[in-house]
Amino acid sequence: DDNTVITVETSAPFVGHNIDPPCRSVETTPKELLGFFNDMAVMRRMEIAADSLYKSKLIRGFCHLYDGQEAVAVGMEAAITKKDCIITAYRDHCIFLGRGGTPFESFAELMGRKAGCSKGKGGSMHFYKKEAGFYGGHGIVGAQVPLGCGLAFAQKYSKDNTVTFTMYGDGAANQGQLFEALNMAALLDLPAILVCENNHYGMGTAEWRAAKSPAYYKRGDYVPGLKVDGMDALAVKQACKFAKEHALKNGPIILEMDTYRYHGHSMSDPGSTYRTRDEISGVRQVRDPIERIKKLIISHNLATEKELKDIEKNLRKEVDEAIAQAKESPMPDPSELFTNVYVKDFGLEAFGVDRKEVKVVLP
Amino acid sequence: KEMTVREALNSALDEEMSADPKVFLMGEEVGEYQGAYKISKGLLEKYGPDRVFDTPITEAGFTGIGVGAAYYGLRPVIEFMTFNFSMQAIDHIINSAAKSNYMSAGQISVPIVFRGPNGAAAGVGAQHSQCYAAWYGSCPGLKVLAPYSSGDARGLLKAAIRDPDPVVFLENELLYGESFPVSAEALDSSFCLPIGKAKIEQEGKDVTITAFSKMVGYSLQAADILAKEGISAEVINLRSIRPLDRSTINASVRKTNRLVTVEEGFPQHGVGAEICASVIEESFGYLDAPVERIAGADVPMPYAANLERMAVPQVEDIVRAAKRACYRSAPMAATA
Repeated sequence: DDNTVITVETSAPFVGHNIDPPCRSVETTPKELLGFFNDMAVMRRMEIAADSLYKSKLIRGFCHLYDGQEAVAVGMEAAITKKDCIITAYRDHCIFLGRGGTPFESFAELMGRKAGCSKGKGGSMHFYKKEAGFYGGHGIVGAQVPLGCGLAFAQKYSKDNTVTFTMYGDGAANQGQLFEALNMAALLDLPAILVCENNHYGMGTAEWRAAKSPAYYKRGDYVPGLKVDGMDALAVKQACKFAKEHALKNGPIILEMDTYRYHGHSMSDPGSTYRTRDEISGVRQVRDPIERIKKLIISHNLATEKELKDIEKNLRKEVDEAIAQAKESPMPDPSELFTNVYVKDFGLEAFGVDRKEVKVVLP
Repeated sequence: KEMTVREALNSALDEEMSADPKVFLMGEEVGEYQGAYKISKGLLEKYGPDRVFDTPITEAGFTGIGVGAAYYGLRPVIEFMTFNFSMQAIDHIINSAAKSNYMSAGQISVPIVFRGPNGAAAGVGAQHSQCYAAWYGSCPGLKVLAPYSSGDARGLLKAAIRDPDPVVFLENELLYGESFPVSAEALDSSFCLPIGKAKIEQEGKDVTITAFSKMVGYSLQAADILAKEGISAEVINLRSIRPLDRSTINASVRKTNRLVTVEEGFPQHGVGAEICASVIEESFGYLDAPVERIAGADVPMPYAANLERMAVPQVEDIVRAAKRACYRSAPMAATA
């Protein structure tokens, strides 16, 4: 039966700051475990494919990949609804997938095509899916934290009984505006969950070189925090469920997700000057989020290794098809240059590069 | 009926908060203190702490929270105690507010108003005396308004709050206490002025003077002096810095053939520079004299009263420039 309850211990106990942590045993189901496997495998495959598209120059500019961190995205989604909001920084492709976005819309956006989730106008760092509560996709390190607290403010103001997960990395954890927003969130009891995805390197700066105290779950001082194994999707789910209940009753909480990115910071970073290859392969061998779920599936006889391989093979095909389809999508129409500057423009004139040549009244 | 600019802003806020429960006000000292300049007087009592609330002194934090609330669909009014402090939060105004609708291809609109006193007050020194019209006016995605009179203040603030885009609303501390006559129409709660349209405050035929905010008053005084000397000046109150009403400005210049731009901000890359460029692009053949720019001196604002006066445009500066544009100036001292 797909919905039989299976109880699993998290990989490690949660550590609380100013709060009693939730218990280690998590309830799950065959359906959920297979879903986790499926979703994380798509994310992994999509990011690896984006890497090759970048190298073949089909993706431009910045491109920050999420492989290694997938358990955070899927575990979080398992604990919340699309009425809850998520906002994140520039490593946003898989958060978009978690909210119901497709690889096709992602690849089309990455390649700057009309069919992209932002019609080719946002790029890698600016994916959104407002109808599913995903508010981007932000390129300025740390700025998304006050924005997320603002979403939580609006949820509380509107008495919606929902929460916002505002995500940031260990690099952004040192930004001043994070503390400004946290202070206000605590003063106003906002239903804001600050999710620190600690992948241990802000670009190439190891956490201990940037933070006097890299215990990010304690950095809220008066705000409670929880340290979570971010490589264990079930631990993430448990923590997010716990955090949502807490935030609705008591206001903000920090979740520090101990995670790891396999790729470099961005495409220009081989990711090997500031950490060892042994470190990366060690994490892959011992803590890989997909392998962990795979082992659970096999040990509970929910599928065989071969069946999982077949699933992966099919997903790979689906991702390849999404790429092919995205490549078919045309570039945005030149007229799109001037759309969406404003919602209401009052016949405002806007100029192209040569204003005598290109002058438009905004649509 | 007469009304001060302060009363005009207060009544506009009150009416819009009463009309739309999504409108709320936040900023430093807007609540219990009744506003650093008393613009929000009485609103906390009327609307309660959920809709009028005092923030800590953390501009980046509360501006970001305001923008996030606007993403969700609320209509925040963010008060900066002065626009000088908006520099602490300018990333949220530009990157988080102005660009989101574009980057998301229309998914994330940002109906928010950033308001507060802008430009030079009196004797408050360099860090509290800067005009931000040119800064914000250069950024696509923002609308930038600058009222002069009480009618402007009411009509433009109500338009800004109802607008679906981010609006930077530049007030002037020295105008808050000034009274202006207001029409019955402007007192009606449905009153609203169009964004992007300048107002011809005074018609004239010899020279066009463009100004915004406090400098509109100075330009009108200059026009009175010029009239006594037989020069008929047309004074344009820009009202809207972005969108800029290029057609009204150019139509006026095509009539008068002469232009003086007036602003309190720094001269380089200023509002006057943009107006000058627009007139040269569109009405070059109509100009009978070089364009004249009156602007704040190209220095940080000094404290001493005599130096401060030299750093801010005065009525006589506008008169002199207008006469120069009309070829009536005495030879310049240096060449005489």
